[in-house]
Amino acid sequence: MPNQEYSGILIYAQLTREHYIHTVFYELLDKAKELSKKLGGVDVSAVVMLKKGLIEKYKESFQNMGVNKVFYFEDDVLDEYSAEYYSKLLTQLAQKITPEILLIGATNQGRDLAPKVAAKLHTGLTADCTELDINDDGQLAATSPTFGGQLMATILCKNYPQMATVRPNVFKVRTTDSYTDTEFICCPTDLAGIEKNTQLIEFTKTIENTINDLDTAEIIVAGGKGLKNEKGFELLNEFAKSIGATTAASRSAVEMGLAPQSIQIGQTGKTVRPKVYIACAISGAVQHTVGMSGSEYIIAINTDKDAPIFDIADTGIVGDFFEIIPEFLKNRH
Amino acid sequence: MIKIALCIKQVPDTTDIKWTEHNTIQREGVESVINPYDVYATEFALKIKSQAPDTYITVFTMGPEQAKDMLRKVLALGCDDAVLISDKKFAGSDTWATGLTISKSIEKIMPDFDLVVCGQFATDGDTAQTGVIIANFLNIPHVTFVKELTEFSEKALIVTRQMEDGIEKVRVNLPALVCIMKSDFEPKRALINGIIEADRKEIKTLTINDIGLKPEQTGIKGSPTFVKRAFRNLPSHNAQKYFLDPTESAKLLEEKLTSLGVIKNA
Ligand SMILES: Cc1cc2nc3c(=O)[nH]c(=O)nc-3n(C[C@H](O)[C@H](O)[C@H](O)COP(=O)(O)OP(=O)(O)OC[C@H]3O[C@@H](n4cnc5c(N)ncnc54)[C@H](O)[C@@H]3O)c2cc1C
Repeated sequence: MPNQEYSGILIYAQLTREHYIHTVFYELLDKAKELSKKLGGVDVSAVVMLKKGLIEKYKESFQNMGVNKVFYFEDDVLDEYSAEYYSKLLTQLAQKITPEILLIGATNQGRDLAPKVAAKLHTGLTADCTELDINDDGQLAATSPTFGGQLMATILCKNYPQMATVRPNVFKVRTTDSYTDTEFICCPTDLAGIEKNTQLIEFTKTIENTINDLDTAEIIVAGGKGLKNEKGFELLNEFAKSIGATTAASRSAVEMGLAPQSIQIGQTGKTVRPKVYIACAISGAVQHTVGMSGSEYIIAINTDKDAPIFDIADTGIVGDFFEIIPEFLKNRH
Repeated sequence: MIKIALCIKQVPDTTDIKWTEHNTIQREGVESVINPYDVYATEFALKIKSQAPDTYITVFTMGPEQAKDMLRKVLALGCDDAVLISDKKFAGSDTWATGLTISKSIEKIMPDFDLVVCGQFATDGDTAQTGVIIANFLNIPHVTFVKELTEFSEKALIVTRQMEDGIEKVRVNLPALVCIMKSDFEPKRALINGIIEADRKEIKTLTINDIGLKPEQTGIKGSPTFVKRAFRNLPSHNAQKYFLDPTESAKLLEEKLTSLGVIKNA
C-alpha cells in the first residue's frame, strides 16, 4: 500500500563533464510526468549539484522543461562528482522532502551513486529498468531485464522512496516543452563528518562528445566479428557513410580492436533505439540484442542462415557482407 | 601486508538458457559458472598478490552448498582462504539484503581488511549494485568500473576507470572497495599443486547466527524489493529471411532502405 507520508517524484539531474544536463534527465522527466498523471498529478522535481554560482545558467532550461521544483546544492566542492559527497546530500534531501519515487539515470555516474543512496535510505533499487508504471495500488512497478535480457522481471518495492535507474535512450522524449513557473530551492551543503577518500587524478577523453552520436542516430550500421579485420570495418564505414548512418559494433569486434568501446552496443555497452538498425556479421547474442532490440526496424546481413539475429530482424539477408555491400555501393555511385 | 576480501558469485550460464513450455526458465540441468566479471575481480586480486606476495586473499560467496566447487577453483588459482555464506534464511535476498549479509560476513571473518574486490556486474540479474552497497555498509569508499590497476601501497590504490567518455585515473585511500569491469590479463590456469592444496583446504561456512543478523534483516523478509512477475522477453520483430545472390541481395537492401526513407532512389 502506498505510504501517505511520501509524495511526488524526484529525479536526479546529472551534469555532464561539459556541464550540460545529461540527456537521460529529459527522458526520465518525460516518463515521470506520465507517472505523475497516474498518481493524480503529484509534483515532479529535480535535484542538481553544482559549483557555486552556476544555477542561474540552468534556470531557464528547468522552467522550459516544466519541472515543478528544483532542489539545488551549490558549492565549489561539488564541481567534480564524488560518490561520498553526492550520496550524502541526496540522502539528506530524500529524507527531508520524502518523495515516493526517486529516479536516477543509469549512466556510470548514476550506477555509482544510486546503490549507495538506496543503501543509506534503506530502500530498494531496481536497476536498468525498461518500463516504469504505476500499478492499481499506486506503487511503482519497475520492469527490468535479467539473465542477459532473456527474462523480464517486474519488481515492486516495500520501502520508500521507491528507487529506479534507467539507461540513456531507453525512454523516448515525446512531450514538447511545457513552461512552468519552477520553484528553485537552495539546499545547504552540509558535509559534516564526510571524508573524501577518492580523488580524480587525471581524465583522458577518448571520444569527442559526451553526447555520443549513437544516442541521437536514426540509422545505425553495426559490425561484428564476421567483418574480420580493419578492411571489413572500412567497408562498414563506407557503407554507413553512403546512407548517412552512424557506425556501431558488437563486443567481439571491440575486443578484436576493430572499434572503440564507446560504440559497443549491448549489455555492457550502449542501448540504442534508432529507426533502422543494420546488423552486419553479428550473430545476435542476447547480450548484444538487449541493447538494440528496441530499434524500430532491424535488418540483418549474415552468412549463417541459423544466426539468432534473424529471429529478431524484420528483414534478414542471408549472404556475405563482403559480396553484398560492394555491390550495393556500386549501385549508389 | 594487504588483506583482500574477494566477493564472487555463481550464476547460471546465461548463454545457454532453456525454456519450459510455459516460458519460464528451466532451472534443472543448467550449468553454473563463475560470474564472468568475478573472474576479472579474481585476476585483479591475484595481480596484487603477484606483486606483493604476502598479500592475503579470502574469497567470499553467498549461495548454496554447491558454490563450494567454485570456491575450490578460485583457491586453486592462488587465493588463501574461502568462506561460504549459506543459510536458508538468506534465500530470496535482493541486492540490499545481500549487500548487508556480505558486509557482516567480511566484518566477522576479516575485520582488519584493506581492500574488498567485486565484479562490476552479475550476469543473472542484479545490475551493478551489490559492490557499492557492501562498501556503504562497511563505511568505506568505493570505485566502480575499474579497468586497470596502476599502483598500490598499503595506504592507497591508483586505478583507471572506464567511463562513457574516456578514462579516469583515480586514487582511493584504503580501506576501500573496487568493482572490476575488465582485466587486461589472461585468466590464470590453476597450478597442479594449487589444485591439490585447494582440495585440502577447509571452507568455512557462515550462517545467519554467525554474523549476528536477525531473520527480518536478510532473505525475503529483509529485502525492500520483490519480484511481482517474471516473463520471457519474446522478440517482437517478424523475421523474414531472404536467400538471394549478392546482386539481388544488394538490390533488396536498396529497396528496403528506400521504402524506409533512409535513401532516395539513385
Ligand atoms: C557478461 C557478458 C557481457 C556481454 N556484453 C556484450 C555487449 O554489451 N555487447 C555485445 O555485442 N556482446 C556482449 N557480450 C558478448 C556476446 O555474448 C557475444 O559473444 C558477442 O555479441 C558476439 O559478437 P559477434 O556477433 O560480433 O561475433 P560472433 O558471435 O562471432 O558472430 C559473428 C557472425 O558473423 C557472421 N559472419 C561471418 N562472416 C561473415 C560475412 N562475411 N558476412 C556476413 N556475416 C558473416 C557469422 O555467421 C556470425 O554469425 C557479452 C558477453 C558476456 C558474457
